[in-house]
Amino acid sequence: MAKDVIRMEGKVTEALPNAIFRVELENGHKVMAHVSGRMRMHFIRILPGDRVTIELSPYDLTKGRIVYRTG
Amino acid sequence: MSIRPKSPDAIGKMRVAGQVVAEILTRLRQMARPGVTTGELDAEALRIITAHGARALFHGQPHPRGGRTYPGNICVSLNEELVHGIPGPREIAEGDIVSLDVGVEKDGWCGDAARTFAVGDVPERARRLLDTTEEALEIARREARAGILWSAVAGQIESFVTSAGFSIVTEYVGHGIGAKMWEEPRVPNYVGRDMLRDDFLIVENMTMCVEPMVNMGRRDVRTTSDGWTVVTSDGKPSAHFEDMLLVHRDGCEPLTR
Repeated sequence: MAKDVIRMEGKVTEALPNAIFRVELENGHKVMAHVSGRMRMHFIRILPGDRVTIELSPYDLTKGRIVYRTG
Repeated sequence: MSIRPKSPDAIGKMRVAGQVVAEILTRLRQMARPGVTTGELDAEALRIITAHGARALFHGQPHPRGGRTYPGNICVSLNEELVHGIPGPREIAEGDIVSLDVGVEKDGWCGDAARTFAVGDVPERARRLLDTTEEALEIARREARAGILWSAVAGQIESFVTSAGFSIVTEYVGHGIGAKMWEEPRVPNYVGRDMLRDDFLIVENMTMCVEPMVNMGRRDVRTTSDGWTVVTSDGKPSAHFEDMLLVHRDGCEPLTR
């Protein structure tokens, strides 16, 4: 059975130092997320209020990485 | 990330679990004819699992996003369904591409594998899709060995699939396996900047499930309203092959054939 690379939608609530953000997921959970390398490479800016897609670590569901800015 | 090898005792038990999986896959493939329902395949799988004193590993698996637990004993995914198809009243038809994914637990250790095949005649391109996906798994069996990084193998799988004109699915990945079905590490079938963070050194006597999922058309997938069945977004067929591999110094030994 294939393992899900867990992706969820959320909203950025706070920008922290070192490109770390606090993100509130659609299910209400709050996680810390860093920006994926690919997004840093393309200088995509993320601001509080942005909707983002994050990938959660399967081992620690409170940490994730932002892979897309959705809107 | 460092991966722990399995003890000889664990490997012996996983070999047994793997053989139960292999027996079921062989039996169900013989059974899968037009008019047979996916639920009948599921019932036969459960019969064999029970006869071996084993347990259907997929039944009751928690949903990754908190939905209902998995209701079937095995996964049967047809045509544009990629993985995690729930068995039921649907009849297999001539020309269907059938993917079977079977996992069992016996004496505390797991086995997990998948096969995809055509029922009756299918177009040449569908035939090539099946051959390409099977060969992608074969690349892993042959090339993965102790002392190299997984990304070196994943890169070969990815370039082989894309050069055949198909696309590799990135939303689902293979996994380590042992006393639990899903163990570290994640075993992706592609190399991406993001996934390189999870790269790992392959060690002797580790066990992992390698499972390339290949789409005929675009790589995008979505989950249907049943919460589990994953389908291709463009509705084109998909194939899935998986083996539980035991790593040796010079390659891998499939425990589920």
